[in-house]
Amino acid sequence: MISRSPTISIPWLLAGPGALFFAGLVLLPLALTLILSFHAYDHSTGIQNTFTLSHYIAVVTDDYYLEIFWRTLRIAALTTLLCAVIGVPEAYILSRMKDPWRSVFLLVIIGPLLVSVVVRTFGWSMLLGSQGLVNQALQLFGFPSVRILYTETAIVIALVHVMLPFMVIPVWTALQKLDPMVEAAAWTLGASHFTALRRVVMPQVTLGMLSGSLIVFGLSASAFAVPALLGGRRLKMAATLVYDEYLQELNWPLGATIAIIVLVANLCIMLAYNRMVEARARRTLG
Amino acid sequence: MAFLTLERVSKEFGTFTAVRDVDLTIEKGEFVSLLGPSGCGKTTTLQMIAGLLEPTHGRISLDGRDITREKPNRRGLGVVFQSYALFPHMTVAQNVAFGLEMRRVPQAERTERVREALSLVQLSSFADRYPRQLSGGQRQRVAIARALVIAPPVLLLDEPLSNLDAKLREEMQFELRRIQRKVGTTTIMVTHDQAEALSISDRVVVMENGKMTQVDAPYRLYEQPSNAFISSFVGKTNLLSGTWRGNGAQIGNVVLEASAPDIAPGAPITLSIRPEKILLRDAGSGRLDGRVLSRFFLGSQWLFTVETPVGTMTVSIPNQGNEPPTEGSPVSLDWSPANLRIMAGTATAA
Ligand SMILES: Nc1ncnc2c1ncn2[C@@H]1O[C@H](COP(=O)(O)OP(=O)(O)OP(=O)(O)O)[C@@H](O)[C@H]1O
Ligand SMILES: [Mg+2]
Repeated sequence: MISRSPTISIPWLLAGPGALFFAGLVLLPLALTLILSFHAYDHSTGIQNTFTLSHYIAVVTDDYYLEIFWRTLRIAALTTLLCAVIGVPEAYILSRMKDPWRSVFLLVIIGPLLVSVVVRTFGWSMLLGSQGLVNQALQLFGFPSVRILYTETAIVIALVHVMLPFMVIPVWTALQKLDPMVEAAAWTLGASHFTALRRVVMPQVTLGMLSGSLIVFGLSASAFAVPALLGGRRLKMAATLVYDEYLQELNWPLGATIAIIVLVANLCIMLAYNRMVEARARRTLG
Repeated sequence: MAFLTLERVSKEFGTFTAVRDVDLTIEKGEFVSLLGPSGCGKTTTLQMIAGLLEPTHGRISLDGRDITREKPNRRGLGVVFQSYALFPHMTVAQNVAFGLEMRRVPQAERTERVREALSLVQLSSFADRYPRQLSGGQRQRVAIARALVIAPPVLLLDEPLSNLDAKLREEMQFELRRIQRKVGTTTIMVTHDQAEALSISDRVVVMENGKMTQVDAPYRLYEQPSNAFISSFVGKTNLLSGTWRGNGAQIGNVVLEASAPDIAPGAPITLSIRPEKILLRDAGSGRLDGRVLSRFFLGSQWLFTVETPVGTMTVSIPNQGNEPPTEGSPVSLDWSPANLRIMAGTATAA
């Protein structure tokens, strides 16, 4: 009889390197951050070796932090919504294109991901600045110039720009799986183009749209470079706040506390959303 | 007056012509089948009528109105798709109700009509299932119900019965025919099953390589096929190539008596005779002597293959309750010369 032990150990051996890698690079720093967030901190002497909940209490009772959390949530939600509103029709048009154009436009859509985040963001700040292209154009037509740079608007514009591919690709994939005759069937039954889209095509791509929103929301809520460069010093989001606590205030435990709170909040929102997605998937796709 | 007409309709996909110069006139209430081998352009023709493909050339009109460029949702035709094209996220009942909803039929009437349509296709107990929970034949019946429920003036059916078992298929054929008679729905049905086309239609349109080659009533199509391809595609037949001799067809060294008014002596011809038109006689007493190669018992009839000087012939005789000739025994074939059909040109094996 063949010994069973080698066959049992093979999966462990195969999964081992990956698991070690994950533990070393994700779980360990996360655990250290969690522990750090409970350390006491003193402005003159630095991190103390005593444990306290005071950072958590300070964060959740301070309007300053709550406002930043609220702004982060608002910007991430708005970005997700705009990505869905723009990305879903974009994916539909893409799926109806003939081949040379489809490849060209697919490249245009994933273009932002191919450009370094710093270059891309500086590009936006040049466009949106007080003497940027947008304001010059407004002045040319006799409109007063507007302040876009260092506002939430600038952050949302730049985030939508880079997040769009994460919405378009899953929706496009869902559309690819659709039998084009199903839409045609709706037309023959008397549905207009728009009704067929709304009643027949859309319900079948919601799953792609929901998973796209999950990615967009998660990435937007934890975005760092875009708010850092386009939000300026005062308009902070969660990730830039953590950065400032660590590197400007040197209050590492407080920074760690904020990071943990953001992580947990993000996790809760995404898990709840995912449950919704799966419930829906089970209902329509089996 | 013609209800639905196609005038020199063609469809090209790039350089490939899928349908070429189709002319067809269909009367109100007629049941027409489109019959032809796979890839001959049946679905393409149907989709042009439905408005899902735009003809490259030609004109389509319905009830005196030019609909060549009209949107499919304005034509109001009922379509059953070859791939069914059910809405996967809707239940069977919702699928069937969709067309009524688009027509703003009141809720109570809608429910009633959906119920009727589902009972017609024997799916009443499946109303709350999703298409993925159905078998192929059940999906096909949902597609039929969805097209029937809107009571369209024209029904376009793309192989609507291909996935049903023999009994259900016969029942559905009967239902389609009954609805068509009762409501007077003009019906165009695509099929590649010649028996179905013959049994159910008022007229059969035979298509080959994108062209219409014969449009006729089933009986005439069977008895007077216009070419060798049709005679072998519609029903079984024996095809023999030979030369026309004025008063008969010369096949090899044998001349078989027949008549063909339009053919010049010396021209190459194809001779066709149906297996059931041939009689088996005792050796020496018929027109052509031969030997039984094999015989198959089919219940209501016997099917023989007989080796003769002009080639192997298939013969079918009704089962009369007595034992017919055994394999290897000499027999003689006889027929009435009127049942020999002579067509110009040589047969392409089909
Ligand atoms: N979109 C298309 N592009 C190019 N060629 C096509 C297209 N649609 C159909 N064809 C071609 O046109 C011809 C006719 O197709 P069609 O679907 O009408 O055949 P069919 O008679 O319905 O066959 P079947 O019985 O197999 O369904 C085929 O040779 C097919 O390959
Ligand atoms: Mg077809």
